[in-house]
Amino acid sequence: MSQAVVAKLKEAFPAVVGSVREHRGEWTVVVDRAQVVAVCRYLKEQAGYNFLCDLCGVDYLGRQPRFEVVYNLYNIATKERLRLKVQVPEADACVETVSGVWSTANWHERECWDLLGIRFANHPDLRRILMPDNWQGHPLRKDYPLQGPGREPYQGRLS
Amino acid sequence: MAKKDIMTINMGPQHPSTHGVLQLVLELDGETVVDAVPHIGFLHRGVEKLAENRSYHRALPLTDRLDYLAPMSNNLGYVLAVEKLLGITDLIPERAKVVRVMMAELTRIKSHLVWLATHALDIGAMTVFLYCFREREAIMDMYEKLSGARMTSNYFRVGGLSQDLPEGFEADVRTFIDAMPGHIETYEGLLTGNKIWQKRTIGVATIDAAAAIDVGLSGPALRASGVDWDLRRDNPYSGYEDYEFKVVTRSGGDTFDRYKVRLDEMRESCKIIRQALDKLKPGPILADAPGVCLPAKKDVVSSIEGLIHHFKLITDGFKPEAGEVYQGIEAPKGELGYYLVSDGSAQPYRMKIRPPSFVNLQALPQMVRGALLADVIAAIGTLDIVLGEIDR
Repeated sequence: MSQAVVAKLKEAFPAVVGSVREHRGEWTVVVDRAQVVAVCRYLKEQAGYNFLCDLCGVDYLGRQPRFEVVYNLYNIATKERLRLKVQVPEADACVETVSGVWSTANWHERECWDLLGIRFANHPDLRRILMPDNWQGHPLRKDYPLQGPGREPYQGRLS
Repeated sequence: MAKKDIMTINMGPQHPSTHGVLQLVLELDGETVVDAVPHIGFLHRGVEKLAENRSYHRALPLTDRLDYLAPMSNNLGYVLAVEKLLGITDLIPERAKVVRVMMAELTRIKSHLVWLATHALDIGAMTVFLYCFREREAIMDMYEKLSGARMTSNYFRVGGLSQDLPEGFEADVRTFIDAMPGHIETYEGLLTGNKIWQKRTIGVATIDAAAAIDVGLSGPALRASGVDWDLRRDNPYSGYEDYEFKVVTRSGGDTFDRYKVRLDEMRESCKIIRQALDKLKPGPILADAPGVCLPAKKDVVSSIEGLIHHFKLITDGFKPEAGEVYQGIEAPKGELGYYLVSDGSAQPYRMKIRPPSFVNLQALPQMVRGALLADVIAAIGTLDIVLGEIDR
């Protein structure tokens, strides 16, 4: 079923949908960063994905583009999931906010900004959420030291 | 006409009714709330960052410490996500699945008991608190028998369970669920028809279905607004499709309806546990996946192969193929999701937790705008938040 939605999405946005992958029965669609709000609005209004479960960033340090923002969507009527991803370069780490589509995105995007340093354009309230307001750096980035800044690196085993 | 004065006051992070370390900055016009701005993060420990630096097995104890009122639910979500990532979901033995369901439902009762106790205490009904904690204590004792710990259980394992049920455990559970429906009657007797309770809850912190979905509410809070959605029934995991239970919904979307939904959920949980006890047959508790599952402790201490096996898994860990999965479960407070990314190494490349409390708390400002200051206390209680999983 998610497959049918992916096909519909490709038809509606032929130039926007990039790679499509199925892994362990879950569908992931990579879409163009500039069109993410239009795609999300389409998925919500035309395909019934009315619930945004989760939104988060992933830092693929050393890869180009460096970041990905991941949207885990859910359709409460058909009980199906779909994952959207957009790729975000480090030099211009900014994505248009989807908080106008699902208001729940507000805090998720704040968290993504706080921990990974990805900005969300036109976000109504883009402040840090978990770290203190005056914190320097974004702790979930892969080049951010696990022990925190200004501390001796941990000498023991970690894993 | 006098100038309207808006007063800004601070509530928390040390206020007893904020259930941990939640800070609310309230703008008040007299006693009416104009706006409420939650500030969170006081309990941030960087669980997701820590998990990226540990093997999959060793990231499991971190999850106990998210929603510390429902540790086994957190464990369950995590092990299911890792099993899906490995592709071994179908290998999990029946007994392990049944015990997981049984413990997850006991955990739901345990979590709801703390919710009811503190929520009632916050709005002035002290007796219920004492009764709820008495029943919760019984579940804590079972936790201790099972895993050795009363709160940070760390009992499930990737592939099954850490150990089998101790002797007499099933009888304990049966005694508990035989008595529990009567206890729920007692709570209801103290609250449901109580005029003060009704005045403090009916029509308080109301949210309708469309707004609730938009803001991302899940679990009992969403079902009380009339949305018939429960992951146990709709996207079943760990064998929930084999159990009969009712998904409780109400239509009012206020504090009273959320109270009723959670009480009825406890009754349903008792039914699920009874079915689980009937299903429980002797059998293996770990999947036949030697590259993933830790060997039984008796093999580790009695045979060299077992010892090497254990050593290898602890030092090297296992390496799921590169890919990503999202696993959501119906935790007591709503949808608890784990999004795991593997790059083919022995550590999760990224572990994103979707804590239900984090998202549910986001609904607080819109639930209390225009309400009275005293209703803010009721609203925090009815959302059933735990700061451990909000801040991670």
